[in-house]
Amino acid sequence: MSEQAHATTATYLRIAAILVMITLIEVGVFYVPTFQTILVPLLLVLSAVKFTLVVMFYMHLKFDNRFFAFLFGGPLLLALAVAVSLLLIFYGAVRLRTGS
Amino acid sequence: MTHASAHAHEAHRTSMGLDSRKMAFWAFIGSECLLFGSLISTYLVYKGRSQVGPFPHEILNIPFTSFSTFDLLMSSLAMVLALAAVQRGDMKQGKLWLLVTALLGLVFLGGQFWEFSHFVHEGLGLTTNLFGSTFYVLTGTHGAHVTVGVIWLLTLWVQALRGKLGPANAMTVEITGLYWHFVDVVWIVIFTVVYLIQ
Repeated sequence: MSEQAHATTATYLRIAAILVMITLIEVGVFYVPTFQTILVPLLLVLSAVKFTLVVMFYMHLKFDNRFFAFLFGGPLLLALAVAVSLLLIFYGAVRLRTGS
Repeated sequence: MTHASAHAHEAHRTSMGLDSRKMAFWAFIGSECLLFGSLISTYLVYKGRSQVGPFPHEILNIPFTSFSTFDLLMSSLAMVLALAAVQRGDMKQGKLWLLVTALLGLVFLGGQFWEFSHFVHEGLGLTTNLFGSTFYVLTGTHGAHVTVGVIWLLTLWVQALRGKLGPANAMTVEITGLYWHFVDVVWIVIFTVVYLIQ
């Protein structure tokens, strides 16, 4: 796939509306005590959806050459792996120190 | 597209048939993922480890930051509208949306300046506690990126005003857009990790 034509203005407006709605849901669930038990996974999923929408439609990765997705996705996965590893190492060390 | 601009456009093609500037910029954005990944990781590792206040739940203003998030999302919309206008040769709309994007970026920066000033007034400095250090470095680095983006957008807008920006160099606007949207997606993560997950 080579560099393709981008989305239409109507698509951009629809994506913007979805992004605003998700942001409102994020802020809404933050204040509702019922959601406190699932707040973290719920917010992470909503944030990931927003992230994906912007990257796919506004940054045109959905329509562009897959090599661009590789150039972006590779380091992104590496950054995620570094974050998860650091958290595991740090909290593992804290557990060892406290014996919990 | 004139013959000269078409020739110039072809000169930027790689052996894969892709625009070399765009390819290089995606590689740069990849490296930025690692930069912000390390800063966000550092924030998470030290989350809840501050020995003295102010603590995040005492100081973070969710309604205000939600407005900043809305502002940045709308700036991304304005950016894609600017690119679409430049690509179809509608420079009147192109100039308008470029300016709107830059102004929304300035509103975000104004909000961040107010937030930082408010936090300092509340006693949260860069060296007050672990929250202060990691918060200011992470959000400050993002703010510096927004500042670069605003300057870049205003430069393009001035070029457009002088008639030096048109469909032939729409790739310049597209690359600016890639940078701006990346700044937006980083904020999407920061808003969740720093502000909403306390």
